[in-house]
Amino acid sequence: MAAVDVSELTKVFRVPEREAGLRASMRALFQRRHRDVRAVDSISFAIGGGEVVGFLGPNGAGKTTTLKMLSGLLYPTAGEARVLGFVPSRRERDFLRQITLVMGNRNQLQWDLPALDSFELNRAIYRVAREDFRRLRDELIELLDVGDLVRKPVRNLSLGERMKVEIVGSLVHRPQVLFLDEPTIGLDVTMQKRIRSFVAEYNRRYEATVLLTSHYMADVEALCRRVIVIHHGRILFDGPLTQLGSQFAGYKTIEVALANGAADLSRYGDVLERDADRVKLRVEKADASRVTALLLSEQEVIDLTIEDPPIEDVIELVFAEASE
Amino acid sequence: MSAVPLARQHPVRAMVDFYVTAMRTQVQTQFQYRAAAYMYLVGMVAEPVIYLVVWTTIAKQQGGEVQGITVGQFAAYYIVWTLVRNMNIVFTPYGWEWRIREGQFSAALLRPLHPIHYDIAEFAGGKLIWVVLYLPIAAGLTLIFDPDLSVTPLEVCVFFVAIWGAYLIRTMLLWLLGMVTFWTTRGSAIFETYIMAELLLSGRLVPLKLMPEWTQSVADFLPFQWAFYFPIQTLVGDLPAGELLGGLGMQVLWIAVGSFLVWICFRASVSKYSAVGN
Repeated sequence: MAAVDVSELTKVFRVPEREAGLRASMRALFQRRHRDVRAVDSISFAIGGGEVVGFLGPNGAGKTTTLKMLSGLLYPTAGEARVLGFVPSRRERDFLRQITLVMGNRNQLQWDLPALDSFELNRAIYRVAREDFRRLRDELIELLDVGDLVRKPVRNLSLGERMKVEIVGSLVHRPQVLFLDEPTIGLDVTMQKRIRSFVAEYNRRYEATVLLTSHYMADVEALCRRVIVIHHGRILFDGPLTQLGSQFAGYKTIEVALANGAADLSRYGDVLERDADRVKLRVEKADASRVTALLLSEQEVIDLTIEDPPIEDVIELVFAEASE
Repeated sequence: MSAVPLARQHPVRAMVDFYVTAMRTQVQTQFQYRAAAYMYLVGMVAEPVIYLVVWTTIAKQQGGEVQGITVGQFAAYYIVWTLVRNMNIVFTPYGWEWRIREGQFSAALLRPLHPIHYDIAEFAGGKLIWVVLYLPIAAGLTLIFDPDLSVTPLEVCVFFVAIWGAYLIRTMLLWLLGMVTFWTTRGSAIFETYIMAELLLSGRLVPLKLMPEWTQSVADFLPFQWAFYFPIQTLVGDLPAGELLGGLGMQVLWIAVGSFLVWICFRASVSKYSAVGN
């Protein structure tokens, strides 16, 4: 059985709409206008137990709305979702005890108290036996290296520190499904890495299923073999991360180091960068072998590498194509 | 760490544990802001003191009493009033608007526990501190206004139960109002109308005995007086044991009605939740 199973899931928001200005405001008193916004439009996918899946899309694509439906916060307008066999919108207690939704920009801890007090409250809320709770809490604290932070009032922690203790608080009931919505947003690179390695370790130890949204491709590359790309509420791609480039990017980059750094290589492809004796070219995927052979035969090449384009560029390309 | 399932507490034990833990957490929070809490309490005393001064003045002008209530009895009524008011402060629709706008309610909905339990426990914990802070204020009011108050042990016992009953009744009422926020983010407008009805029909503005008879008849069919007038009367009304216990029975009835309505409305409301603001 899939841990997350989504079929034709749809969410339509009815939003009020009016022009700016006093006249429009007066008119709206008598004649209200609404517009239906399809935030999520008939999406289907399944995620196996223990999988870590990246859920990618630009702002407003429908990622957070989907996560909220899967965690039982929002009722779907149509379609079906099952998480660990439960229908999320029924919000059964046994379901809520096995999931967590971490939102990178939200604080769910007691603001004025040390995080340890919030963990204790979560223990009581999730009915975890004290002994199990202590063991798990201490292990999570050690794993995220927040031993010094959990005794300070949450309001005195920095954004990154708060995010780390927030994650511990969200996991003291040891959920089997993690919905992580931008867990590294606004954090510095070191903190991002720490959280990434923590999520990977949690997934490995507990075979927990993770659905992760992030605008940082480093998060996705480090954690997810599979990605689902959503745009305007519809799924554009669902498959291995490695296939994303080959499906959407019709080009490769060739980085070449030349003995004669001044040589003009524009006839081989688009010159993306030039740095001393190194040149980065973009060539059609189908032409990559031919161009490589030409470079090697016609130029004095010291070093040459052929790469798929960076994932950021591919994602940008996917969204640009979808918007056209 | 291992993937062995975590041991879960027995549901009843777990619920008691939750209430104790949540109340303790709130007591700790209140300790952080004890000075602010004190100033809030002092400010809150303004309302009953105004009522008390007005009625004392009227009573003195009418030969020492108004419809059988003496100056000392007015003082007793409004001093007990302040304690009851402390107890029945609950999460208002203003708070509902805030927590929905700020995304706090999403966190509450993700917990495997009806959010009303958290509200009840949180405010109950706060009250433990507020009541302690309030006692010196009550002593000061007693010195100033010289209340006419003599109580029996039974009245004191019933009073301590009744103030918690009042708390639960008002929690249910304001939860029902607060849930309007699921349909409109301006539920506080309805709250203003509610406050007007409560002022007139609960004994908050004046003792119900001073209201016209038809008003008292209307109040008999509504829950307001069981959250204000009755708990006050348990100490100041010299009620016979039957009326005291009957009043507690009415509180239980209104708590049951309120719980049922909250349960029904919550199920309908959550489906409307749009998780705005988060």
